[in-house]
Parts: sequence; structure tokens; C-alpha cells
Amino acid sequence: MNDLILKLKESKLTGRGGAGFPVALKWESVINALGEKKYVICNASEGEPNVFKDGFILENYAEEVINGIVLAMEIIKASEAYLYMNPDYYDRFEENLKKIIEQRPIKLFKKPHYYIAGEETVICNLIEGKRMEPRQRPPFISTVGLFGCPTLMNNVETFYYASKINKGDYKQTRFYSLNGQIKNPGVYELPENLTISEILKQTNNFPDFEFFLQVGGGAVGEILLDKELDNQAKGAGSITVYEKEKADLYQIMENWADFFLEGNCDKCTPCREGIYRLKQMIKEKNIDLLEMEPIFENLEKASFCALGRGAAAPFRGLIKKILK
Amino acid sequence: MSKEIKIKINGIEYFGEPGETILQVARKNLIKIPTLCEHSDLEPKASCRLCLVAITGRKGLFTSCSTLIEEGMEITTESEEIRRLRKKNLELLFAQHIERCNFCVQELNCEFLKLAKEYEIDIKKYEDRKIGYPKLRFGPSICFDSSKCIDCRNCLEACEKQGVGFLDLENHNSFLEVTPSKNPKRDCVYCGQCVLHCPTGALMEIDSIVQVESALVDKDKYVVFQIAPSIRTTLGEEFGLPYGTDVTGKIFAGLKKIGAKKAFDVSVAADVTTIEEAEELIERLTQKKTLPMFTSCCPAWVKYVEFYAPEFIPNLTTVRSPQIILGGLSKTYFAEKDKIDPQKIIVVSIMPCTAKKYEITRDELKIDGLFPIDYVLTTRELARMFKRNNLDLALLEPEKGDTPWDEPTGAGIIYGASGGVTESALRTAIFKLTNGQKIGQLEFKNLRGMNEVKEAMIEIGEIKIKVAIVNGLGNAKEILEIIKKEPNRYDYIEVMACPGGCIGGGGQPLPTTDEIRKLRAQGLYNIDEIKNIRLADESLIIKKIYQEFLTNPEIRHKVCHTHYSIKQKENNF
Repeated sequence: MNDLILKLKESKLTGRGGAGFPVALKWESVINALGEKKYVICNASEGEPNVFKDGFILENYAEEVINGIVLAMEIIKASEAYLYMNPDYYDRFEENLKKIIEQRPIKLFKKPHYYIAGEETVICNLIEGKRMEPRQRPPFISTVGLFGCPTLMNNVETFYYASKINKGDYKQTRFYSLNGQIKNPGVYELPENLTISEILKQTNNFPDFEFFLQVGGGAVGEILLDKELDNQAKGAGSITVYEKEKADLYQIMENWADFFLEGNCDKCTPCREGIYRLKQMIKEKNIDLLEMEPIFENLEKASFCALGRGAAAPFRGLIKKILK
Repeated sequence: MSKEIKIKINGIEYFGEPGETILQVARKNLIKIPTLCEHSDLEPKASCRLCLVAITGRKGLFTSCSTLIEEGMEITTESEEIRRLRKKNLELLFAQHIERCNFCVQELNCEFLKLAKEYEIDIKKYEDRKIGYPKLRFGPSICFDSSKCIDCRNCLEACEKQGVGFLDLENHNSFLEVTPSKNPKRDCVYCGQCVLHCPTGALMEIDSIVQVESALVDKDKYVVFQIAPSIRTTLGEEFGLPYGTDVTGKIFAGLKKIGAKKAFDVSVAADVTTIEEAEELIERLTQKKTLPMFTSCCPAWVKYVEFYAPEFIPNLTTVRSPQIILGGLSKTYFAEKDKIDPQKIIVVSIMPCTAKKYEITRDELKIDGLFPIDYVLTTRELARMFKRNNLDLALLEPEKGDTPWDEPTGAGIIYGASGGVTESALRTAIFKLTNGQKIGQLEFKNLRGMNEVKEAMIEIGEIKIKVAIVNGLGNAKEILEIIKKEPNRYDYIEVMACPGGCIGGGGQPLPTTDEIRKLRAQGLYNIDEIKNIRLADESLIIKKIYQEFLTNPEIRHKVCHTHYSIKQKENNF
């Protein structure tokens, strides 16, 4: 077995895009997939509110990221790679990245602003010039991905750590985006086994008022009360603090709904129409769980892709834990 | 012999083949799973989320339209949970669809409404989201009522598959919605495939029934109807008759009942088209003029060439399409013989096609200042008109069409199926190239069928004719690319914009699927097979018209030929 794959296995590194899939397993599946041509895609779409750590990494550690991509290309025998970036990062980092990339076959691709454009099968469609819609899975992109070829896709942070692991320089850390009603917002690299409470304390951000949090993404992230802080920060590793007294709960929910409505692909009924109906109820401050729960269920069980399936949880969490 | 896969649906064992979906196996075994966005012509999109099923041992639910069967799979198609989710999806879909059921192309066959009843949903649970959404008109052919659209995007995919790409997605207040393209290089060719693939009647033909009805009650007008080759084996579907049933005589009877002064058969003019086109082909072949020659009886194809590939305009045959020729003959030859003022004649064509509504507006087709055709009704519109007059086609006693345009040859009838025009022209070409000595081969079965591109080489003495037959505009696009690389590969190319030819036309009854198209085509071939005369040249009507009227090149040119020109975008929104 390849040396780096062994190291990745030992490190137990999981994908840092939000889904948390074991990295070694993903890389191996692309190595084992049959295909004349293979691709690597680094996902720098980072499109969710309150998540900004990939931008921080691209700004400060671009060499490591590119090195991670190059390592992946060597291992899976990919002839080409794409660095798929949100429009803001593209504009900010294009120049520097091109300098680092030099003549290597790594292309930069500017993504449209839609949130769904960060979904892995949508990314393949968009690079291929197709419609912004997710693909049916299976097949998974590790066997049938970009241009029908086996494709390895990880996010910026994952490639950064792959590079660190290769150098024996990985200390079981991850990057956290902290913001909201705190004193020291920003990106922090801290041990991945810290609890949320420890993260807030170590960064000198633990509030002295009653609060609640959204953890793991500013849209699909989980809503937690200040007594639920003994878990690790999951998903994309973001923590947003809200002051319970002052937070405008309807506005928060409406912002989520707007974000999903603007950012989704409008392909499937639950996500397109269900979220629209939630938004109407929120706008009218007509919060009736008997009416909302069937829409939540529909989103979770009948949506085409993970965006829709994950969209219900924050609304339900906020309504059940905070509003009522 | 392919390997069979054993699965269970609702506890009962069934067999399917590799590559089949759960939905396909269920349907074959008459197990109903509700669908809206599924269509056999298109890749499964799994967007309406109605066809959800459960699979034992797997987490979550799966869309049966997009999930392939696997050995040993155990599928449940009905449960409390599945029903609840389908209901919610239906409610949400109805919340974006403004019901205009009294005037809808879906008529009484609306699957959407049937599902609302089956699932006992409240179609007014939510306030309509699409209030005030616009109604758009694509030329004189198609109306898109976007307030009825449920965003399944079937139309968009059908349009893409046609290689046209006139329909796009555009962001309207956070919703990506189907919109006509703003790109100046994209325009509608009016084929109507979007209409055939729309599950909710958001797309339909621009209706001309009212105008025809007014003409019928106008004492000053003399209304003649003429029916296309293909509609004789499709209209019956609208009245519960089996697919492919020949209802020619019943249609004539019905037209008389609604007040037609005359009911003619366009297939007669198809025989004229055949003669003219075969002659042009022989001329191009022997005088080495522009080849390959393209057929031009499909107006969507003609518009496609004029707009998307104008460099190929010289390849189009100059022969007019059968409906135009017959309208022209009615307003000249027939008018003169029956002493009717051509100004008073209103010709109504019953066509399987939405693009035919566009074709009749072409100025260059005018004869002595008159358009050959006044109105085109689609097969569906004629069905609506009959129903409005309480006519049940199934119960009508067949009648004959009217002279002089009553008796076509078999060649004129098979025009309605992909390959038919070529087969007819080849019958005549062989006859002509052997100096009318013999009726050669009549059936060219390798030119028939639903294959997207069919090729053949026909040898007539010294002359070899290399033909290609294309159905589906998307395939035509590819053929044009081939010709650019290999200009001598073909001599004659028949293109029908719609899959299967006119029997799959954009004006045909809903639903139209691959299976249905085959049966409709077979119906036409059955009529041809038992016709006494199957060669255009042998037709007594044709002989007479060439002896009495089409006697010199000028008149033939005036009535039977046309020209084409580069088209600019016509549909700007």
C-alpha cells in the first residue's frame, strides 16, 4: 500500500467539507476505480454563511493546499486537477495561486454564487458546462465523476492536512470559524477533540450571557443550547453565538430560508416548494409545528440531495429549543 | 438471452432485466407508482419525488424512476409513510400550479388531477405561488402558460434533446425557472416536443378553434378541411380507440358533421410532393447539383436549417410540403373547376404538428396573393372541436373524402412515419429511372422503424442513391456535422424533427411515448399494405392533375415549389 495512504489511515483524517467521510477510504476508492483518465478536484466553494476557514487557509497556507492536491494527483494518477472556488476567493487568490501552481495541470474554476454549486455532483456538471443540478447517486464520483471519469474531491482543509500528514506534521487539529456575539471572532486551528465549550473558553469567547449556538454551518448547522456544549463541533467546523435575549429568531429563520431558496437548484419539489412554504409561514410569524413538521419530514426524506435533506434541522431546532 | 434479475415488489416475485428501473418492472406488471416528471424519451430526473419507494435493508426512500433493480431487491411501493410524503409533494406541486382545467391540453386525461383525487389531497391547501406569471407565445405555434408549470424541466430537456436549446433556466426571485432563451443564436423551431413532454398542460398549441368556428358559421365562407397522413391513425386515441386504429373515414364523417363543405386528404398532395421531389432528386443526381438533397416537408426542420444551419439552405428541396400544395391546389384548380371564388375558400389543415401553424404564415407561399392555408388545427384541437360538438369519433359511420382530393396512394399515407417520405420517393424514383417500365421494389423495410438514424444504399441500374433518414432534430444536428466532414456520404436525407416522424408530432395526442409511436406507425403501414395503388405515379388523381393543371413548369413552380431564406430570431422576450 502507498505510504501516504497508510499515513492517512493512521491519522484517521476525515473530510473537512462537512460530511466527515474518512479520507483514506475515499482516496483508495479512486485509486481502485477503473478509468483511463482520473481527476482531482479541490472544493473551495465554501458557500455557507458563517463558514470562512477555507478562505483563511487559502490566504495563509496556499502552498500546503496545492501540495496536497499534487500528492493526490500522484497517488490516484490523475492527469488534471481543478481548484473550484467561490467567486470571492477566486478574485482574491487567483494571482497567488497561479504563481504557486506554475505549469502544473491544475486549473482554477470560478463557481457561480449558488450554494448548491458546492455539491460534488453539481461541481462536476458545472465544470462540464452542464446544468446546475445534482446527479443521481449511485454512481458515486469516485467511479463516475468529472467527464465520466473517476474523481477525487476533497475540500481545501482536507488537502491542507493531507500535505501536513505526508510531512509527519499533523497534530490532530482542525480549523474552526467562530463568529456571532463573541469578543474574538476569527479562524482558529485547535485540536479536533475539543468540546464546543473548550473551544469557546480557549479562544476567550465564552459568553457571559444566556446564549444559543449554531454549529457546523450557518445554514444547515445544528442549533445548540448553552447546556449542550460537551460535544465536538461537527460539519464544517463553524460556531456562531447568538445572545438569547436579543436574537431576532424570525429574522434568523427568514435568512436561512432566503439562503436556501436562493442557493438551491429548484430541481426537486420538497426543496423548491417546501422551503418556500416555510418562508411564508415564518414571514407571517405563523409558527405551527403541525403545519411545519410534514414539510420538515418531506425535506428530510424526499429531497433529491443533501441540501434539502439537511435544510429542515435548523428550523426545527430553533423552533423547538428556543422559540417555544 | 439476457440475464434475468429476480426482485420482489410488495412481497410478490417478479423478473426484470439488467438496466431496468424499479418503475419499469412495476409498470410491466401493472403495479402503479405515481409519476409526473418521468417520460420514456428522457433520462430519469427524479425531481417530482412522487415515485418514492422503500427498499428492504436500505436506509431512506428511493425514487423508483431512477433506481435500477438488483438481484434479490425487496421493494415496497405503498406504506403510510410513502403515502404521506407523496401527498405532501402533491400539495406542494399544486401550490405552484394554477388550475385552468376547463381549457387545458390535458383535457380529461390529466394525470396530475387524477393523482390529486387518488391521494385525496387539498389542491388549494396553499395559496398559488405563481399568480401573475406570464403567458408566453412562441411564434404562432405554442403557448407557454408559466403559471401552470411545476418546474419539472421536461420541456427544457426535450428542447435540448432536439438540439434546439431555446428553453433556458433563469433566476426569477430565487427560483430557477424555464424561460425562453435570450441568446440571439437560439430560437424556437416550433416542433412542439415541449408540449408532448409537459405533464401539466403549461405548454400547449396556440388554439385556432375559435377562428375556424367563426369561419364555419360565416355564410360568405366556403370552409374546406384537409387531413394530414398521420392523423388517421392517431385521432382515435382521443376517443378511446386502440393505438394505431385507422379512423380516416370517421374523420371525414366528423368533419362533415361540423360543417365542412369539403373534406380532403393531404396524402393526395403527398403524392404530388413525391413526384416533384423524386424528379428534383434525379435532376440533382444526374446534373451533379447540390447534394445531399434534404426533404422539406417538416417545417420545424426547415426553420432549423434557416436559423441554425443556413449554409445548408441550398440542400433543401424546393418542393412545398403536402399541406401547402393541397391548399394551393384547392384555391386554384379546385376553385376554378367548382366555380368558387378562391377568396372565399377557407382551408383548414388538420395536422399532427405545431410547426405547421408557423409554416402557413410564410409569405413566399402565397399564390395570387392568397395564403394556401388559412388555419392549422392540431390532432388534439380537432379532438377538442369534435368533443365540443358532442361527436364521438368511435360511434361515427365512416364516410369517403371529397373529390377531387379523396383517394391517395399508399405512398402518400406512409408520409406520416419516419422513412415514409423516402420510401415513397424511392418508389417513384425507381419507376422514373426505368422510364416508367416497371413498378420496382415497393417496400423498404430497412427505412422504417424508430431508429434515430437509418441508412441505406439503393441501386437503380447505374445510379446509386445513398440515403439517410433522421428522426429527432438532435440527430439531424449530428448528421449535418457528418456532412460537413464527408460531403459525398449521402445523396438524399429525410429529416423529421419529431421522434418517429409525424406520428410523434408535437400536435399529436397525449401521451406520446416510444411504444405508442410504434403502434401509430404500424397503423399507417397497414393501410399502405392493402392499398391497390402504392406508387404515386399510378394514382389516377395525380395523372389527371398533371394532365389538366400542372402542365407547364411555371404553374408547377407556382403551386409546388418555394424558396428559403436565412432567418433572424423571431421570439424575443
